[in-house]
Amino acid sequence: MADIALSPPLVTGYKNLTDVTEDVCRPMEQRPGAAWWAAFAVAFSMLLAGVVSVTYQIATGIGTWGLNTTVGWAFDITNFVFWIGIGHAGTLISAILFLFRQRWRTGVNRAAEAMTLFAVMCAGIFPVIHMGRPWFGYWIFPYPNFRGSLWINFRSPLAWDAFAISTYFIISATFWYVGLIPDLATVRDRAKPGLRKTLFSIFSLGWDGAYKTWNRYEMVYLLLAGLATPLVVSVHTIVSWDFATAVIPGWHATIFPPYFVAGAIFSGMAMVLTLMIIARKAMGLEAYVNQRHLDVMSKLIITTGSIVGLAYLTEFFIAQYGSNRYEQFVFLNRAAGPFAWAYWTMVSCNVLTPQLLWFRKIRHSWTAVFLITIFVNIGMWFERFVIIVTSLHRDYLPASWASYRPTSVEIATLIGSFGLFFTLFLVFCRVLPVIAMAEIKGVLKHGVHNREAH
Amino acid sequence: MSQFQLLGIFDDESGMVGAIKAARQQRLRIVEVYTPYAVHGLDRVLGLKRSRLSLVCVAAGGLGAVLKMWFEIWTAAIDWPVDVGGKPWNSLPAFVPITFEVMVLFAGLATVGAFFMVSRLRPGKKPDLIHPRVTNDRFALLIQETDAAFDVGRVRGLLQSHGAVEVSERLVEEVPA
Repeated sequence: MADIALSPPLVTGYKNLTDVTEDVCRPMEQRPGAAWWAAFAVAFSMLLAGVVSVTYQIATGIGTWGLNTTVGWAFDITNFVFWIGIGHAGTLISAILFLFRQRWRTGVNRAAEAMTLFAVMCAGIFPVIHMGRPWFGYWIFPYPNFRGSLWINFRSPLAWDAFAISTYFIISATFWYVGLIPDLATVRDRAKPGLRKTLFSIFSLGWDGAYKTWNRYEMVYLLLAGLATPLVVSVHTIVSWDFATAVIPGWHATIFPPYFVAGAIFSGMAMVLTLMIIARKAMGLEAYVNQRHLDVMSKLIITTGSIVGLAYLTEFFIAQYGSNRYEQFVFLNRAAGPFAWAYWTMVSCNVLTPQLLWFRKIRHSWTAVFLITIFVNIGMWFERFVIIVTSLHRDYLPASWASYRPTSVEIATLIGSFGLFFTLFLVFCRVLPVIAMAEIKGVLKHGVHNREAH
Repeated sequence: MSQFQLLGIFDDESGMVGAIKAARQQRLRIVEVYTPYAVHGLDRVLGLKRSRLSLVCVAAGGLGAVLKMWFEIWTAAIDWPVDVGGKPWNSLPAFVPITFEVMVLFAGLATVGAFFMVSRLRPGKKPDLIHPRVTNDRFALLIQETDAAFDVGRVRGLLQSHGAVEVSERLVEEVPA
């Protein structure tokens, strides 16, 4: 019984190749149930609220927000960083874990990458509407113009950000699409003639499963994973530089890049679990996203959550240990000032709640992990709010101290971004294979022993 | 000239790999193998060379980086220098982040583009499916007759002995390359 020491199967329930195709394609080929329509109705209404509020604030101007001359960045930039962070877990799963040969990733990578794309779309809205005159948004990119040409300032982190996020979106979309091609061919070859078959034929590019192509495909996948890995680190590093290069106490810290990257993966991992815990149940994919995924991803949440906790402690300690009075004040003000409630919400959601995952019992309960991921999502949103608003609202000059509260327009925009995210995700679950069939087929036999004589 | 081919269909990876090994030992000409997923280690069994797409990746990445670095220096230091907080015209360290992003963008898109080109993948192309279930749960091994010593019965037996669920004969018109 040497098997006992070996790792458990990646796919439970003794599935064969045919089962994988059937199980993954079934939700796409059936009519959506009442639960899906209900979820879609909610998500789409939220999206509409967002469309209305964005239209209103563009038409009227960003005076509709609760910003003032002291707190010039608040809700919108919080949401921007929050959504970008969510996206990062998808790339961690699809690229970084691929390079680390973590085969369990095959069960969740397709959905996680889709989540990345949708989250980056949500994130992209905020800097654009923050411009106030979004129709001039293209000014952020250098192009020959009749003003000189006057070029953009390449020394600005905001310009870096525009390049980083556009590249991130394009490369993530490419990576996702390349991964999808074999599965699109699978769907094409089982679809009945009609619109679906035509569309899948176009997008599967004539894939025929020839091994010469597979051989190149594997190389391309490896190269893209190798490119996406430093890319994802660079993106959140650059996002953190938006803050760290400013001389604002509470922002001007060298710890920011690693702290932001860890926080991003932490929040994104929580969001992947939130989505997958529902999706696996709703779509009958329990065999593919199973106890093992829950266990490993929970451990990733503890790890990254603890790194984030360490970063909170470090920045607090260094601020007090250093001799910058403004820095000392900002951190004491975070923990005990007017926004202390936000600070302690952040600490309890991000540092304390995930520690429950040390217990195997909790880690193995789908409900408990689901609840914890919700807390982490909330906590990570508050982290960005705390960093942005508490650092700004107490200026160097006490006469310009101010406060901030979001207006209904800003809240509706946040709700709208969640609406966009969930609408896209629900549509994705209906029209594309949510599990990478061609990848899961390759690891089907991992950890499954004694099934047949080799 | 038409070519005679034998097509073995397998429902299992290990059977197909065994048949390929035996066929290669007997110096049979394997035209192509069709699989529903990237079978691990099959490149070595088939003796395929490593893809040279990594060269495309390096070259395109390098090109992107050089072009972008040149563009940043040219715009910021030569074409229209603008004093931003007293920073030097050519602020090389500050130009690194965008250079990196553009390098990744060029490398990624060029690699995928080159992959589509060499594998002849393009939208709307009609797939030449060897078997309707080859993208689902079947593995196909296509062997071609090379000379008079090709014994159909023996090759058929070889495929079947490794668990081929289906063996069929094909005559294909050789398309001049």
